[in-house]
Amino acid sequence: MSSVPNPATPLHLAVALDGAGWHPAAWREPDSRADELFTARYWTDLVAEAEAGLLDFVTIEDALGLQSTGFDRIDDRIDQVRGRLDAVLIAARVAPSTRHIGLIPTATVTHTEPFHVSKAIATLDYVSLGRAGWRAQISRPVDNAHFGRREQPAFTFADLGKPEAVAAVAETFAEARDFVEVVRRLWDSWEDHAEIRDAATGRFIDRDKLHYIDFVGPRFRVRGPSIVPRPPQGQPLVTVLAHDTVPYRLGADSADVVYVTPRDHDHARDIVTEIRAEQRLAGRESQTVHVFGDVVVVLDESTTAARERKARLDDLDGAEYASDALVFTGTAVELADLLQDWQHAGLTGYRLRPAALPHDLRAITRELIPELQRRGVFRTSYDAGSLRSRLGLPRPANRYAAPAPAAAAS
Amino acid sequence: MSKPHKQIILGAYLGGVNHHTLWSDPEAGSQIDFASFRHAAQTAERGRFDFFFLAEGLALRERLGLIFDQDVVGRPDTLPVLAALAAVTEHLGLIGTINATFNEPYELARQLSSLDHLSGGRAGWNVVTSFDAFTGANFRRADFLHRDERYTRAGEFLAAARELWDSWAADAVAADREAGVFLRDAKAGEFAFDGAQFDISGRFTTPRSPQGRPVILQAGVSPQGRDFAAGGADAIFSPYHRLDEAQEFYRDIRARAARLGRPADAVKLLPHASFVLGESEADAIERHRDITRRQIGGRTAQILLETVWNRDLSGYDPDGPLPDVDPDPEGPPVIRGRARIAEDAHRRVAEWRALAEAESYSLRDLAIHVFGRTEFVGTPEQVADRIDTFVQQDGSDGFILGSHLTPTGLDEFVDKVVPLLQERGSLRTDYTGTTLRDNLGLPYPNAHPDVQPNVQPDTTRVA
Repeated sequence: MSSVPNPATPLHLAVALDGAGWHPAAWREPDSRADELFTARYWTDLVAEAEAGLLDFVTIEDALGLQSTGFDRIDDRIDQVRGRLDAVLIAARVAPSTRHIGLIPTATVTHTEPFHVSKAIATLDYVSLGRAGWRAQISRPVDNAHFGRREQPAFTFADLGKPEAVAAVAETFAEARDFVEVVRRLWDSWEDHAEIRDAATGRFIDRDKLHYIDFVGPRFRVRGPSIVPRPPQGQPLVTVLAHDTVPYRLGADSADVVYVTPRDHDHARDIVTEIRAEQRLAGRESQTVHVFGDVVVVLDESTTAARERKARLDDLDGAEYASDALVFTGTAVELADLLQDWQHAGLTGYRLRPAALPHDLRAITRELIPELQRRGVFRTSYDAGSLRSRLGLPRPANRYAAPAPAAAAS
Repeated sequence: MSKPHKQIILGAYLGGVNHHTLWSDPEAGSQIDFASFRHAAQTAERGRFDFFFLAEGLALRERLGLIFDQDVVGRPDTLPVLAALAAVTEHLGLIGTINATFNEPYELARQLSSLDHLSGGRAGWNVVTSFDAFTGANFRRADFLHRDERYTRAGEFLAAARELWDSWAADAVAADREAGVFLRDAKAGEFAFDGAQFDISGRFTTPRSPQGRPVILQAGVSPQGRDFAAGGADAIFSPYHRLDEAQEFYRDIRARAARLGRPADAVKLLPHASFVLGESEADAIERHRDITRRQIGGRTAQILLETVWNRDLSGYDPDGPLPDVDPDPEGPPVIRGRARIAEDAHRRVAEWRALAEAESYSLRDLAIHVFGRTEFVGTPEQVADRIDTFVQQDGSDGFILGSHLTPTGLDEFVDKVVPLLQERGSLRTDYTGTTLRDNLGLPYPNAHPDVQPNVQPDTTRVA
């Protein structure tokens, strides 16, 4: 494959951190830190490694339910990693010990309060000085009993085509869309510079720069304003993972970054085409919406070594690892080829899922990144600025602010 | 001396949305930037404080239907700030006020347990409740929680949270690579709780945290509230600052704890307090007078009295007599999103009229008298002595200290008063334990205590 470096459109690269890595047997690797998964040091070390590699951001997986091999049940397995800490708090804990890398935790939209999520992510933006984002995720029906408030059919993947499952999915995504809308409105509910500290009049704020959002929807109402002033980025990044039309639409409507799972170049092109069409329908064609390809990576010095490592992990797990995303086994050079190839299909970046931590993260930062830098398609240093600016997203105008008066002739 | 010398417990808080914080002072910094929280927390740790304490906000206050603009408005979210502070401190406990009404046990128990993991065992939760539909307008459950239900809900919430925190055995994670056993127990995290407010079951995602359970703080002065706190809390906010009242409360809580089957010293009592220091007593008194008059200017005095009168008092001269109208407690609320301070406004105003007459108080003088309290005013030696005496005579186990100046107000206390308390042997010179429970002298929780789900913590905190 001929790869044509195009420095005008550099790649964006993120890593998705989850437990001991994405392969279910990753925790059994000799260099795994499986007994530290619930410590701050583990997470600060991983994110420091990602920052040393100059990555755009890390995502941190989370859910309001225990991990399982099945979507519709909890499997009681004891031979895989089970248990997680809250991703937003991991990100906040890591923020003061990093300087540049973006921090994008997952926070669930089903069962939770948009007011809480809004102020938590805004606060992450404050403690990270403008590096926060959020992956909005819906919850599995199997976790509904953790909240005990929601009657919903407990469907399985096999049921997804049935009318009641289609309706439930549509309802859940409609709620997610409202949720994101409320969070975004709350971030704008304070205009910039609303805090005036005007000692002469005794006013701490200019209340005309605070706004009730008055969201009224079928599932919840939220009055606002937020209690947290507008975060440093104005709007922290909103990201979603999407595999099909309904979630693509959510991403095109509501997100700044959509993670997708192409199988190959043509599939990547089809996905991007569909998302761009949805983006036009949503009236957002003038806005930047990144489409990042998700790839699980097993990286070694030779293709054979990578395949053997995956086979060894599969063997330990007792099943061949399959994922929603492509599972890539090979060298950093081969992966760089693939990333450039799919970039030509329209992807603007990637979220790489290390199969095993820290091994595959280090392979990304110490082999893949230098290879991409040699090809002239990846940064060689961080520049100052927010996560938004790194991704070419402008700091958005506040939807509630009066438009600036037309410049008077002078 | 037969009585053992007590070690003083100290907490620190950053002032916020009230008239105490002098935001217009030239030295006042941001109320939002992480740098402010980091400075205050690191100062507290330098002073060997036990914990840093953060209040929360869930709705902005309003006066006459407009967002209140005279005091500090806005604050960051409690738990992410505490998690970030865990990165820049080593020993300090990290306690947040979180409302049990507008959260769900599964989510909040998970966050608090996560904070405990991420801080190496330094997390605490101050449990408060709200029945306030005004605050509820920001939340899904706004329209279906009734006032009386909040008590049931808070009790059940805590019981459910304990069920979740106890759902993983301390050694449930084996992480044994050779044997291929990550979990010792296939059912780790399995839980079920069924009550009037919560009917929940499933699997909790978060392994047991370093402290087993976060430290629990509550407030409560009614008999029900006292039992609730004495039965389930690790520490209680004491509202009493006069020694005799404080001692009575102290004895009562300890007796209730003992009746409920807990060691008498299992519950720590902590009043909040503020301080003004001076080079001499006269200097301190003069500084205090100046600070108080800046805290409660004429406009603020009118507004503070409106919380009781429930009328627009902006037309009354702050330097004149008290308003000549009766309070209107049944009228539409003038100020919303602030805890009511008067159960009986008519009686309260009658008392104030008598006081104002006896002392020749103006409207503003009265507001300063009622709302301008600073507990410790004096030289560092005087303040150290008063704090130590109050604790040694069982008025409390310590104090939660705040200052009128953000974020540097505590520096002076740590530089000048802390060394004196250390000289007296009343304050540690270095941390000895690794967890907040260790530092507070609280035992590691092994089993479910008997929590009574039908009594309440009786505090409401908003804004």
